[in-house]
Amino acid sequence: MHSDKTHSELAEKFNIDEPRVNWHDETLWWIRQKRDKAVWQLPEWESLREAASQIKHNVLAHLSEYLEAFERNAIANGITVHWAADAKEHNEIVYSLLQKHGITQMVKSKSMLTEECHLNDYLAEHGVEVIDTDLGERIVQLAKEPPSHIVLPCIHWKKEEIGELFHKYLGTPEGNADPQFLTHAARLHLREKFLTRKLALTGVNFAIAETGEFVVCTNEGNADMGAHLADVHIASMGIEKLIPKREHLGIFLRLLTRSATGQPITTYSSHFKQPRKGQEMHIVLVDNGRSVQLGREAFRNSLKCIRCGACMNTCPVYRRSGGHSYHTAVAGPIGSILAPNLDMKQYADLPFASTLCGSCSNVCPVKIDIHDQLYKWRQVLVQDGYTPKAKTLAMKAMATTLSKPGMYKSAGKVGRWMIRKVPGLVNNKLNPWYKQREMPEAPKQSFREWYAQNKKK
Amino acid sequence: MSARERILAAVKNSQPEHTPLPDIAFLKEPVLASKEQFATIVQAIGATIFFVKDITEVKEILQEKFQQLPRKITSIAALAGIADVNWIAADPHSLENVDLAILDARLGVCENGAVWLTENEMVQRVTPFIADSLAIVLTADKLVATMHAAYEVIGDSQYGFASFIAGPSKTADIEQSLVLGAHGPRNMFIFLIH
Repeated sequence: MHSDKTHSELAEKFNIDEPRVNWHDETLWWIRQKRDKAVWQLPEWESLREAASQIKHNVLAHLSEYLEAFERNAIANGITVHWAADAKEHNEIVYSLLQKHGITQMVKSKSMLTEECHLNDYLAEHGVEVIDTDLGERIVQLAKEPPSHIVLPCIHWKKEEIGELFHKYLGTPEGNADPQFLTHAARLHLREKFLTRKLALTGVNFAIAETGEFVVCTNEGNADMGAHLADVHIASMGIEKLIPKREHLGIFLRLLTRSATGQPITTYSSHFKQPRKGQEMHIVLVDNGRSVQLGREAFRNSLKCIRCGACMNTCPVYRRSGGHSYHTAVAGPIGSILAPNLDMKQYADLPFASTLCGSCSNVCPVKIDIHDQLYKWRQVLVQDGYTPKAKTLAMKAMATTLSKPGMYKSAGKVGRWMIRKVPGLVNNKLNPWYKQREMPEAPKQSFREWYAQNKKK
Repeated sequence: MSARERILAAVKNSQPEHTPLPDIAFLKEPVLASKEQFATIVQAIGATIFFVKDITEVKEILQEKFQQLPRKITSIAALAGIADVNWIAADPHSLENVDLAILDARLGVCENGAVWLTENEMVQRVTPFIADSLAIVLTADKLVATMHAAYEVIGDSQYGFASFIAGPSKTADIEQSLVLGAHGPRNMFIFLIH
């Protein structure tokens, strides 16, 4: 999802339709509130978060050993294990398996990793048809868009628009926008795909080093419908998805959906350990920059992420700018930490797409210090020269003004005078602070002047 | 160097100092399983629960409520009279038109209403996902309070495939409106024998 535009430029586009922004904002906040209600029912919530964070820390410290153990156990279970250093290698492995079986049509359940690797585009170029089977993902796929949210891929779509889309592609009656009806239409459309496709690709939520099994969570059952009907099942996973023991699932499955949607657990938490009789099962372990992020002390905790999306639902910037404004597979606060690791130049804008309010860190089920890391990325990006020169100059001017009391005093005077006497000089389109807001009324005197006048009284 | 060697070397080179796994014994403290809690949550996630005293009562309810459904299958020998038991070696695709699958579960979790089935109970892995309705028979002594207790029971048991199933298949992808029956069962019934 490459874009030449920055987050703020894309957000500006999203903000043209104000009622729609408010609707988007309120929908996500409602999901955040559902999360709160679910969390408040568990007195041990904070201990669970702490335990999960510590388990993930142990995983990061021993990742190479856990990877080897997982591989060994998965192979013993009859699963074929592949390793991919980057997106290109991942896509080539998937394509080589399709070629080996002479398959040109496949189904795929939700996998943000394949979004990160641009698998669909790659396979389309090679003549392979990929059907995304998660309802939300199918909707954005039909609309030729990437998902805008990792858990709720079409959260930015209104039902009337989905009705039109289905009318165009699935032949539903024009003007029908009933979610029940549209979901049923998609069910019929996708069931035919499940029954006829020979290869299914799924993501992985958790992989267990000790047993060589992996767990896939869905509410729709689309991962299971795909995998259990296909001759070949490929599961793609980032190397950070490992956890040491099966019993640790108890912690992570309790945290995942309560954080994501406020449900106590997903409808299906499926544990794949061996291929079914006559089936081939493959796992692709993907690095794609994760080993580099692991080496960045300030940012390695971002690899603890379990992709619940809570940081997006709570983020005041995400809610009002939309997932697509982040121009990366994983949007929102966590995505803004992960993306610069892959390409500092292309994603230099993302760590600035935050108010640093800290709400993301407060809701994160594995206690990633998200807003601190965003702040740290800003420093790295400025130091390495990836931020716009004008911003650096403006910040330097600001620093000089703030460090010299005399200059600060006169700058304040000039500013107040301008806002009062010639407001057109500041209230215009050239001033980015004027966008989407009114400038405040300026007081006649500064606090310093008021204090000097009043301290004798 | 192969991708495997390169990745493992890079990871090894980057991974931080050892930190131990946390002590999670406090999460495994026994908590009393409550069938009332289980029932409340099962209904909150869109399933229907029947409290029954034995398998005969299960049979009676199934006959009364679902007699009209054309294709019923089960892996429970005691239900042979009311549902097909000769589908075990079937091609999974042939289960596409199953109206009701009646299966045993090994465990039920009170905190989230999930039931645990391994492929032994499913017979075909796709069974609980492809059927139009799913009925689960569970005895109340298999209820546990939390997911931690569930994994204590599961332990290091062997299975090729297993799943926690919590209610009917669902989606809220269209404007957050909850719809039951996304791809899998539209209805889920739980017969709790107590």
